Amino acid sequence: MMSEGRPNPDRLLEALTDETKQQGRGRLKIFFGACAGVGKTYAMLQAAHQQHEEGVAVSIGLVETHGRDETHRLLDGLPQLPTRSVQYHAHSQREFDLDGALVAQPSLILVDDLAHTNATGSRHGKRWQDVEELLSAGIDVYTTLNVQQLESLNDVVGRIIGVRVQETVPDQFFDRANDVVLVDLPPDELLERLKLGKIYLAAAAQQASSNFFRKGNLVALRELSLRRLADRVDMDVRAYRIHHAIRDVWPTRERLLVCVRAEMSHERLIREGARLAQSLQADWVVVHVDELRRSRSTAEREALLKLAKLAENLGAEFANIPGEGVSDMLLDYARARNATKLVLGHRRNHWNIPWRKRLADHIASANPDLGLILLHLSHAETPPEKTHAAEQPGVKVSSLVLSILACGLTTVVAALLLRVFDLSNVVMLFLLTVVLVALRWGKAAGALAALVSVASFDFFFVPPVLSFAVSDTQYLFTFVLMLVVALVTGQLAARLRAEAVSATAGERRATALARVARDLSAAIATEQIMAVCEEMIAPLFASRGALMLPDIADRISGEAADFADTSVAQWAYEHVQPAGLGTSTLTAASAQYLPLKAPMRTRGVLALRPERGALTTDPDDRRLLDACCALIALALERVHFVEVAHDTLLRIEGERLRNALLGAVSHDLKTPLTAIRGLAETLETTGARSMHEHVEIARAIGHQAEELHRLVTNLLDLARMQSNGVRLYRQWHHLGEILGSALAGMGSTLGSRRILTELSADLPLVELDATLFERVLVNLLDNAAKYTPPQATIWVRAIASANTMYLYVEDDGSGLPTDVDVDSLFEPFTRGAKESPIAGVGLGLALCRSIVTAHGGTIRAMQRPPQGARFEICLLLGAPPEIESEDLL
Amino acid sequence: MSKRRILIVEDEADIRRFIRLALEREGMTVFEAGSAEQGRIDAASRQPQLVIVDLGLPDGDGKTLIRELRNWSTAPILVLSAREHEQEKVDAFDAGADDYLVKPFGVPELLARVRAQLRRASIVTTEGANPSVMTFGAIRVDLATYEITRAGIPVHLTPIEFRLLAALIRGHGKVITHRQLLLDVWGPGYIDRPHYVRVYMANLRQKLEDDPARPQHLITELQVGYRLAGLNRET
Repeated sequence: MMSEGRPNPDRLLEALTDETKQQGRGRLKIFFGACAGVGKTYAMLQAAHQQHEEGVAVSIGLVETHGRDETHRLLDGLPQLPTRSVQYHAHSQREFDLDGALVAQPSLILVDDLAHTNATGSRHGKRWQDVEELLSAGIDVYTTLNVQQLESLNDVVGRIIGVRVQETVPDQFFDRANDVVLVDLPPDELLERLKLGKIYLAAAAQQASSNFFRKGNLVALRELSLRRLADRVDMDVRAYRIHHAIRDVWPTRERLLVCVRAEMSHERLIREGARLAQSLQADWVVVHVDELRRSRSTAEREALLKLAKLAENLGAEFANIPGEGVSDMLLDYARARNATKLVLGHRRNHWNIPWRKRLADHIASANPDLGLILLHLSHAETPPEKTHAAEQPGVKVSSLVLSILACGLTTVVAALLLRVFDLSNVVMLFLLTVVLVALRWGKAAGALAALVSVASFDFFFVPPVLSFAVSDTQYLFTFVLMLVVALVTGQLAARLRAEAVSATAGERRATALARVARDLSAAIATEQIMAVCEEMIAPLFASRGALMLPDIADRISGEAADFADTSVAQWAYEHVQPAGLGTSTLTAASAQYLPLKAPMRTRGVLALRPERGALTTDPDDRRLLDACCALIALALERVHFVEVAHDTLLRIEGERLRNALLGAVSHDLKTPLTAIRGLAETLETTGARSMHEHVEIARAIGHQAEELHRLVTNLLDLARMQSNGVRLYRQWHHLGEILGSALAGMGSTLGSRRILTELSADLPLVELDATLFERVLVNLLDNAAKYTPPQATIWVRAIASANTMYLYVEDDGSGLPTDVDVDSLFEPFTRGAKESPIAGVGLGLALCRSIVTAHGGTIRAMQRPPQGARFEICLLLGAPPEIESEDLL
Repeated sequence: MSKRRILIVEDEADIRRFIRLALEREGMTVFEAGSAEQGRIDAASRQPQLVIVDLGLPDGDGKTLIRELRNWSTAPILVLSAREHEQEKVDAFDAGADDYLVKPFGVPELLARVRAQLRRASIVTTEGANPSVMTFGAIRVDLATYEITRAGIPVHLTPIEFRLLAALIRGHGKVITHRQLLLDVWGPGYIDRPHYVRVYMANLRQKLEDDPARPQHLITELQVGYRLAGLNRET
């Protein structure tokens, strides 16, 4: 798998991304100790003073002195940030002010007690989340932590000292800290300090010493903290080795599978799994087999969720696999994931059911290569779960009543049939009833129906009739068999139904996901994606949804959603973490805000407001939600890149045209320029020249200048239309006006040619950009003038029919060139004859087509019988605005 | 009559030169200013009868200069502008300019416009009140009696068409923007409906011009406004 000496590329990438993430991030230094009173806060303040003397801008965020004088004295000399005061149960608490710190932006900030839980109303649930935000903002942080506040050690310490601390910090956070300083105090000295009252105030000291500060506890805690720190150092060394590919024996890749049931006692398995995984440097997965035949109570579902969350906090993947047969499912999964070791919990079985093999035995015999680690789970760890009868799903009183009624009905029917059929057929009828009842109303109803059927059979049909006594003992056998068959078939039917329900739910989710994926992949505009979110995704989770996208300045805009809070969405977007209802950040919001993370960057935020109560917490539904978010993010990214590609294509086209332009322009611009310069220099030289000649030369210069002007205008227009698309300034115009304006400026070009205009008086208004359209007419007329003899006639006609306006510019000259394809005349730089004496780059018609197309119309060239050329422009007529009519004077 | 005094405010020396030569050949006195600052000073000190202003001056906005001039002078203002900047032209007219020339322009155009503006000015200054009878081409308009004849034959106009014509006449050959016409003839509620002006102008052209497609008097200045050319007071 891995060649010796070369580091695993995945690991290198991880290390690299970690490093780059580190830049711009503040540095975290944790002052770590075995327990309260070793002097962590004191050491932290000392270190801060040293930094302060070196010139670093230090601020105190929040420091708990617990009334200890020595610590309190160290507070002097360092600027303190004001704390927030929060009302909590009739007295106010001081809380760390995160926003104030972010605004003040000191270089280094001191925040005590990393595991502290923030009061309700704070942005984050925990103080370590606040510290995370400070670090992301580039502020260095010093903080303190006790060993029992680490997530993975929480239960171990709890067992040692008999008290479990509730406030914990995830191990990942601890491991990612830049520096951890161990503040160590030998237990004897600690007890000394306690006696002298240096730790707690005297009254509470006695209590503390007897409960917690026992020497045995302190020794154990000290050892734990030393060992945990050694683990950290070891990890650093390993990381260093990996990074520098130091030749070593690489540990074989282990993968751990921790198998849990939906009980809180299995929490221990997960924590042990975390420790094992760390010491083995292995990946680990927490697996739960979802057996369909067991309906889960609310308590079980909650336990499962808590276990899933714990697993994720400790860095494992959580998998919930549905299926029957725990051992078979586990073995399959282990094989699929290439697991090397399995961690199982086992209890001492009070009743040793001899034929029930233990799960561990099953697995061991099926796959001997798989390593098994068995951890003992004691019952005493968790309080017994109280399951209320009402909580059991599926046991509805109405279904029991209905099943009894069904049996009654069957009895009646059987009584009727008895005249025709034998008694054995009555048994079959009852069996049929039991199967149907179990199929319709579940296990409990089926079982009840079985019992009632047997009783009914006995009472109504077995002689002596109408009594529970039995005359013939063989009927006892019938009863027993009937009961057994009825129960078995009933349970099977119920199980079938449960599996069908579960499969349907799974299919529903899969279908929904497929539908969402299909709709999103078809979306080519952001509006369509928004529509899919609101109409398809939100109803799946019984919520109202809205897609919130960032604008140019990277701020989330909330115009799409009326119920959404833009500030919470902004936070979720910036920190790429869910926020709002049901999360640990800004829980007071009315909706949940999920960031949409695409491979390149975060594309926006999805806001979901549940119709009633809270958003779903079922792990399968959450997975569906995550999948939907990923799909939305991908779709947004795709749409973004479609736009980018489109823009790029436009630009490439513009580039191409510009290059062609530059080539042609240099020739056609230089020609008139050469003429002008030459003629001007001729004028300059004095000599025998008549007045007439002078005038001729001057006129020629003027003419060349006009040509140049025409060329430059066309060039500029064409370039403008190609480069930034066409921005038409459309207004309702009279075609005659535009034509008149065009003709007014063309007197000299048209010369003595006859111009006949036929525009009907009631021609409707057309929505045009007048300046651009004038250019079209000018170019067409110019063309006509250039390619016709001086005595030719030029017609300009316009007819409106239905909803199209037809405009014709035709002449009776020599007509279109026959050797060139008519359509290609409209390509830029194409002219009838390649190097013709007639000046002009061949841009006029290309510009005409560009402008006409931009107006949504078409332009064609054709021969005009009997001779000449005809250009036809078709424009769509819209609905011109109304003009109020009035009467004549 | 004494020599006409023209002021040119244009930063390009060669353009100034050919304008000056052309106008001086017509017997006018020409003063040159190379910047807006200079133009302000010269306008005040030389008291010209017509000012030619380039809209693209380096040290200031042509519009501002026009507005300042309009504060104390009624001399006609001719603007020189580049082709694409319609909005610039419209703004200049709203600020008080009278006519314009698009660069590059030729000498005949220049002379025609200068002469037209000077004549217009003289019509206004030699009369106290507005004259009531005006003619252009074969059209005769009596503003007091609402009588309009075309080569002697009476023409019937609707009230609005008449108001439009009267507004153009009042403008005396100036370029009047769509906005100004809408305000004048229809009122402030119609300011964003330029199609009204266009349709009514088309009607006027139909009724008054020989060839509506190539009007001689009711001139269209595309995207800017309209002008009545060839106006004369009846003697």
